[in-house]
Amino acid sequence: MNQTNRETNRLQGFAEVFARYDWQETQRRIQDTTPAEVERVLQRAGSLSPLDFLALVSPAAQGYLEEMARISQALTRRRFGKTVQLYAPLYLSNECLNSCLYCGFSREIQRPRVRLTQEQTLAEVAVLKELGIEHVLLVTGDFSHQAGNQYLNQALEWVRPHFAQVSMEVQPLAQAEYQALADRGLHGVMVYQETYGPNYTQFHPKGSKKDFFWRLGTPDRLGAAGVHKIGLGVLLGLEDWRTDSFFVALQVAYLEKHYWRSRISISFPRLRPAEVGFSPPHPVCDSALVQLVLAYRIFNENLELSLSTRESARLRDALVPLGITSLSAGSKTEPGGYANPKAALEQFEINDGRSPKEMALALAQSGLDLIVRDWDPHFGLDPNFGT
Amino acid sequence: MNRDHTNPEQGTSDLLKIGDRIFTSRLFLGTGKFSSLELMGQAIAASQSQLVTLALRRFDPNNPQDKMVAQVAQPGVSLLPNTSGARNAKEAVLAAKLAQAALETHWVKLEIHPDPRYLLPDHQETLKATEELAKLGFVVLPYVNADPVFCKALEEAGAAAVMPLAAPIGSNRGLTSRAMLEIILKESRLPVVIDAGLGVPSHAAEAMEMGADAVLVNTAIAVAQNPVQMALAFRLAVEAGRLAYLAKAGAVSWNAQASSPLTAFLSEGD
Repeated sequence: MNQTNRETNRLQGFAEVFARYDWQETQRRIQDTTPAEVERVLQRAGSLSPLDFLALVSPAAQGYLEEMARISQALTRRRFGKTVQLYAPLYLSNECLNSCLYCGFSREIQRPRVRLTQEQTLAEVAVLKELGIEHVLLVTGDFSHQAGNQYLNQALEWVRPHFAQVSMEVQPLAQAEYQALADRGLHGVMVYQETYGPNYTQFHPKGSKKDFFWRLGTPDRLGAAGVHKIGLGVLLGLEDWRTDSFFVALQVAYLEKHYWRSRISISFPRLRPAEVGFSPPHPVCDSALVQLVLAYRIFNENLELSLSTRESARLRDALVPLGITSLSAGSKTEPGGYANPKAALEQFEINDGRSPKEMALALAQSGLDLIVRDWDPHFGLDPNFGT
Repeated sequence: MNRDHTNPEQGTSDLLKIGDRIFTSRLFLGTGKFSSLELMGQAIAASQSQLVTLALRRFDPNNPQDKMVAQVAQPGVSLLPNTSGARNAKEAVLAAKLAQAALETHWVKLEIHPDPRYLLPDHQETLKATEELAKLGFVVLPYVNADPVFCKALEEAGAAAVMPLAAPIGSNRGLTSRAMLEIILKESRLPVVIDAGLGVPSHAAEAMEMGADAVLVNTAIAVAQNPVQMALAFRLAVEAGRLAYLAKAGAVSWNAQASSPLTAFLSEGD
């Protein structure tokens, strides 16, 4: 991707909308929300504007958590039924050119670096299939662009025939590259902005991730490339979660209007204190995380809300029935970890180690069915590929 | 408005004929959103439905022991694979073929929705796929907006029935497209199955009273606190609505019949 394209990206798409909102002003509006405003917004739950979302993440809304939980649960059951979808991450590589302060894959950290071969990848696939996984999320660090893209196409080719749905969480790519991957059957792409706040560069000092606007424009490129699912989120703990999440909601509303064929998924990666020696400047407590999940659901009943094994079994069991619609289980966050677990390579620590089967049993206690397969592998596949 | 004509192709007994099959039950069921496959199976049994839809994206066509298929395949129940998840005619046709091979049925509920939020049908693609599948010998039941002209176009394209929506899928809003459904019921020579948005049994009864040939229900049953009981409630409502339709309710009048008619003076002094 050349520099010119990256530059124009600053002026186009969501970046243009983003430029109309000021961080401090947004923060102030959230803080100034009154209980009466929260009540007014709750009465119109299900299809709200990003400005209504401000009230839902406000300190004033903390007094309405129980009511929010009831509304969120009812909206979720009506839209998604008594079901939650299952996926598992498949870490392909921990190589990375970035040095994000909070990340276990940062190039500043001395650790063994791995990029799975076809044979190693298929060994992982075999274990995942044994666990009953049908939806898989391929994860890598950010390695050099050319090599990276070639490898991702290869990896997709290895993995694609074995799963109903394959998504990716990798470095931001160009629209044509997404298009090519989508034609080969890629279903979704998760690309978290990490933070929309003014200190972005401070947390991402080196590598291509330093380019805030290239990352911010990624969902536009995904939508334009016709990728079915676009995953957004902020890394909870980097900045004020209320303000940061407003910008997610703003981007959701924008994407739904512009790329109506794609669906939006939100994740809730939460930093815990002292991960890789990094203390999150704005730690997010459990009740704040709960408020945030409920806020997204009440804001938009169609969002996929996804919760990973970063969170504890106790929290997941309680929070999932209130609005979560997608879960990982049995996850390993190190490349090769399913076939050969080696904690020294992992990106973050797992807090819920239950297998998919155990997870399904726990969900059944809440009257929820864990859906393993919700996509036909033939949908969207280029007929000239792999047949 | 009642559907005041008898479809000659349906014969004189009150059986529903679609394609090459005859149904005594006029309640079709969807299988999404249940809290467990077992409960879904029980709800199907309670509904006495004879036609149950199954999303191809939800079961594994290569696995003959698939648990979803096992729960749906009850005695007297025919499977109606749907193409839910397909976003264009090409994907839907492929899905129908895969389902045909896996489930040994040439029936298909055609659902094409490029929009993942409201799951509203794409009519251009639906027409294309209906033509293609009908030519291939499929019994095609397309899911459509309540659009009377489009339903006529589907007749010509070879559909076996039409399935217009009452309201957006999963919305439980009832017969929001009532005015258009009435025209479809009046004009269609195909069986009309009112699909999507029926939230409570009274909605289903109302659809049957209007003259619908059948209704399809999923969310309202699956999401109920007691899905088995709700399935029974829908069954009874559909039967009641059908009976009421056949019994031909008295005409609705806006005016009370005045006990002292305003024109009584005309006969005074006779």
